[in-house]
Amino acid sequence: MPTNLASGADYDTVGQRRWMWPGFAIPGVVWLILLFLVPFYAIFAVAMGQLDPVIQRASPEWNPLYWDPTIFAEAFADLLGGQLGVIALRTILYVFVASALCLVIGYPVAYFVARKAGRWRWLWLILILAPFWINYLMRMMSWVNLLSPDGQMNSLLINVFGVVDPPNWLAGNDLVVILGLVYGYIPFFILPLFAALDRIDDATLEAARDLGASSSQTFWRVTWPLSRNGVLGGLVIIMLPMFGDYYTPNLLSGSPRTRMLGNTIDQFFNQTTSQGSLGAALTIILMIFVAGLMVYYLRTINRATQEARR
Amino acid sequence: MSTATRSVSSVLTNAWGKPRYLPLVTALYVLWSLIPVGIAILFSFNAGRSRSVWQGFATRWYVGTPEAAESVLYDQSLRFALAQSLRLALLTMLVATPIGVALAIGLARWRGRGARPSNLLMLIPLVTPEIVMGVALFLVFDNLYDFVPFGTWAQFLGHVTFSISFVVIIVRGRLFAIGRDYEEAAMDLGATPWEAMRRVLLPLLAPALLASFAIVFAISIDDFVISQFLVAGADSVTIPVRLYSGARLAPPPSLNALATILMAVTIGAIVIAGLLFKLLGRRLGGGEGSALETVGRFEI
Repeated sequence: MPTNLASGADYDTVGQRRWMWPGFAIPGVVWLILLFLVPFYAIFAVAMGQLDPVIQRASPEWNPLYWDPTIFAEAFADLLGGQLGVIALRTILYVFVASALCLVIGYPVAYFVARKAGRWRWLWLILILAPFWINYLMRMMSWVNLLSPDGQMNSLLINVFGVVDPPNWLAGNDLVVILGLVYGYIPFFILPLFAALDRIDDATLEAARDLGASSSQTFWRVTWPLSRNGVLGGLVIIMLPMFGDYYTPNLLSGSPRTRMLGNTIDQFFNQTTSQGSLGAALTIILMIFVAGLMVYYLRTINRATQEARR
Repeated sequence: MSTATRSVSSVLTNAWGKPRYLPLVTALYVLWSLIPVGIAILFSFNAGRSRSVWQGFATRWYVGTPEAAESVLYDQSLRFALAQSLRLALLTMLVATPIGVALAIGLARWRGRGARPSNLLMLIPLVTPEIVMGVALFLVFDNLYDFVPFGTWAQFLGHVTFSISFVVIIVRGRLFAIGRDYEEAAMDLGATPWEAMRRVLLPLLAPALLASFAIVFAISIDDFVISQFLVAGADSVTIPVRLYSGARLAPPPSLNALATILMAVTIGAIVIAGLLFKLLGRRLGGGEGSALETVGRFEI
């Protein structure tokens, strides 16, 4: 590619320049090919492979010409009209309700800390960042503690509110799982939104006020549109892991009544391993669900990079 | 309407004053997000076995006696989990950071045919749900790379894989901020590209490097999904995997103690990196932004 050399041609080290940059990239690229791209392909190879009749173990088919879609087709049929379809709908419902709650709770919080916190802003910032440094499983375990039959929640209900027969919160309660998802993921929604709101120039808002907009008009016609990308970014960031979540419903419910798509996959890999091909097929179905979100997120990161480069 | 209600309602609805319900909502959110964890930490210091009834302060769940074998220090499964998490995080940090820094520099400067696909390959792991990556790695180690044993080795390879892209994003932000002028100047003054890189660019990158070390350590020690998919038996159980498997089985407060230690280690790593970052940034000049902002920025 001689054209690429034009700018570096004045130096007598053209050869060094020519190979240096790809040389830097090579270890990382090779690593990602071997440990990301090939494994990714392995999902398809296993899902479209054969089930070994003797040991009942999935044997992968690496050549796409010999792919056998039987197992995938079964899983897909189950998605359209079977138990898996119910689970998929439940997953969508949980993710959407939880995301909406994150928006309703998270927006005022991000808005306050980014724009109205004043002198104590640094402290508020630390407080909303604190969950980032606390492990997700620890945060869930804390709720398991509070909500367990002999936990603080029920002793509060019994001793303070005189409830005679408090419920068992951790046995298939939809609301508990949804609130668990909100609790787990809301910090990841607030942070990017905070950054977006923080970037809005005060002068823009002052201009709106000077031109006679009321504070609510200023918010709805200036602040909100300017923060829309932050909202969308935050929603995508939390929806992606929510769609693949299995640990939150497992810890907070463990009941088939609250099973999500991730649970069906988890079941094949972390509990039994004999049905790897069905697990792989379910993973492909999950990816179909989140493909749009992934592409949107990818484009957002790319756009941010292009802007930073300029 | 009494004066009290009027003043309350005027405080809440006065469009021209500071909106008062915002600090209220934020305060309630912060309480809600931190109190459950605070209670979990508190009960790791409980003198008794209960995780809901306070029986006095003690450190028995951290450093209790070897005879009882119930503290993090002397309960083998807890101590192993702590060791495994630290081992993995340190190894991952030492391997993923150099690979990621080199990849960031390469991708930022390379204009050849392979640059775009390589860039895309680096970005996709960032947007892939962890469970998909967990399944992918599980299947590839199970079927193709069967020379890699499940457990520490597989976990290490998996952790490096998801960490590399984070390093690239952190370092790249700094690279764009630095620009190419310093390097060009060094080369105009007679340095070879390699010298310019080693003596000009790398020192300028030092703060981003440090941030990368800290972030990789933190995301590795924090990881649950990949570690769980690639676990092999008791000696490769990490702290998050141990918390997950123990949380519903009415565990003793030592599990809370383990979780608290994990939190302290994570915060410690971030604070140390933050302090060094400040120190280096000042000495080098122009170390704008903080590690926090770097993280905040790439999350968009």
